[in-house]
Amino acid sequence: MSEQPVIRTRALTKRYGELRAVDAVDLEVGEGDVYGFLGANGSGKTTTVRMLLGLVLPTSGEAQVLGEPMPEARASVLPQVGALVEGPGAYDHLSGRLNLSLLDAAGPDALPRAQRRSRIDEVLEQVGLDPGDRRPVRAYSLGMRQRLGLGAALMRRPRLLVLDEPTNGLDPQGISEIRTLLLALNAGGTTIFLSSHLLAEIEQMCTTVGVLDRGRLVLQERLDTLLRPTGLVEVHSPDARTATMLLGDAVVEAAGERLLVRADDAAGLNRHLVSAGVRVARLGPYERDLEQVVLDASSVAPPTPSSRVEVLT
Amino acid sequence: MIRVELVKLVLRPRTWVILGMLVALPTLVAILLAVTDIAPGPGEGPPFLSAVLSDGTLFPLAALGVVLPLFLPIAVAVLGGDAVAGEVQSGTLRYLLARPVGRLRLLVAKLVTVVAFVVIAVLVVAVVAYVEGRLLLGTAPAAGTVSLSGSTLTPAQLAWRTALALAYMVVCMLGVAAVALFLSTVSSSAIGAALGTVGVLIGSTVLLGLDAAQALHPFLPTRYWLAFVDLFRDPVLWDDVVRGTLVQLGYLVVFGLAAWANFSTSDVDD
Repeated sequence: MSEQPVIRTRALTKRYGELRAVDAVDLEVGEGDVYGFLGANGSGKTTTVRMLLGLVLPTSGEAQVLGEPMPEARASVLPQVGALVEGPGAYDHLSGRLNLSLLDAAGPDALPRAQRRSRIDEVLEQVGLDPGDRRPVRAYSLGMRQRLGLGAALMRRPRLLVLDEPTNGLDPQGISEIRTLLLALNAGGTTIFLSSHLLAEIEQMCTTVGVLDRGRLVLQERLDTLLRPTGLVEVHSPDARTATMLLGDAVVEAAGERLLVRADDAAGLNRHLVSAGVRVARLGPYERDLEQVVLDASSVAPPTPSSRVEVLT
Repeated sequence: MIRVELVKLVLRPRTWVILGMLVALPTLVAILLAVTDIAPGPGEGPPFLSAVLSDGTLFPLAALGVVLPLFLPIAVAVLGGDAVAGEVQSGTLRYLLARPVGRLRLLVAKLVTVVAFVVIAVLVVAVVAYVEGRLLLGTAPAAGTVSLSGSTLTPAQLAWRTALALAYMVVCMLGVAAVALFLSTVSSSAIGAALGTVGVLIGSTVLLGLDAAQALHPFLPTRYWLAFVDLFRDPVLWDDVVRGTLVQLGYLVVFGLAAWANFSTSDVDD
């Protein structure tokens, strides 16, 4: 990883009237990362992505992409960025090939004709579409459109891929294909910024996770740090109260028959409990999954009751 | 970018449908005139139509006089209204801008494409009407065409005046194109922008018929549309043609700048 981040934002903010759609977000995406950008629908993910691409102008704060300020430097930055924003877009009456061709020709760095044709073949092959397909996009399924959109993003062999819900509309087989493709691209050095609300997708691919909650970045951390061993053991026992007394301060959480115990060695803890006559139904190292992490992070800032509610009650 | 837009224009079936409709109406008129031999009296109906039965070479002008007040502006409104809003609707605007295509560049390409369509439409209508006029309507008098002032025009004179008239009709559509383009950056609905433009034109026509709006008349976009008739007087009466051109350029500048001002600062979050 180089010192220069691929994406860096400082206090990036977008207000629509009173609503802060994106509120002082500090993103940091390193070279070679697969960055998972998580958040509920309406949390501001897409607005952030659009600001990174210079489509939406920030109210305040700054954004740097590939080391240059956006949206000012879009002419030099965007040719190195492939994007899929909120679903693919295509001219319905034209074929997939022709769509890719026109989009390429529209840019400042359009490929020469022959080169463009062979690049389109490659890209369609990569995303699993038939390069010989002459049907208009109108006849495409949602999954095929999604693949075409991804193909358009790949045309320039971008250094950075910004993908908003890239597996939308794909079947499980398709999702797995696209994941394999993205991981291969990443192995080849492409940085991937992946926005999604599908935790499993992020957990399987990403090296770093950022969580957006009502416009605020509530978490940004490497995935292996987030999911590292907790040093806790989860114990289910009908004799939970006895166990709690036995273990004392080591119990960090007790709820019904379930205990969370601070212990380095699960097997040793088991022997300790059983030898003291505590019946153990289930016992094992406690691992957090991403869902837990995200839910914890999102509840850091509970919705503040507005004054209007107080007036009403 | 202009080339890409032109390719898109050509590949769009709608372009050909509109062109077909523009040709169809004068063709119908030509057939009806040829069959019935009933021409509108001099000074009635669309310009030149009263004369075409005796002189078919005037039919291109008569045909354009038929399509200019309504058909052609509607076609321009539809294409211009679609320019930006249509890209929004197909979800392609964000990909064009992220490609990146500069916003000003995109607007200019769109405007040039609409004007290119007008040029092609005017030429196609003129050529088809010329052929129809020769085949179905009267042949030119050997002595040459009679100008509106009563003198005789040589075929060469008639040719360059006709060319000038065609160019003037293209100029007349510049204002419409600029208004449509501006509305297209405001609305995210292509149909909304097109209807808004037609609304402006209808408003202009209504005000033209209203004496109380006399002070506004020189500034209305449709005021000088039929001034191309003056090119066929002897000598040419330039006043209205020049005023008409200035009015159209005025609309082009004002609404072109408005479109740019609006589009260059707007958030693309369709």
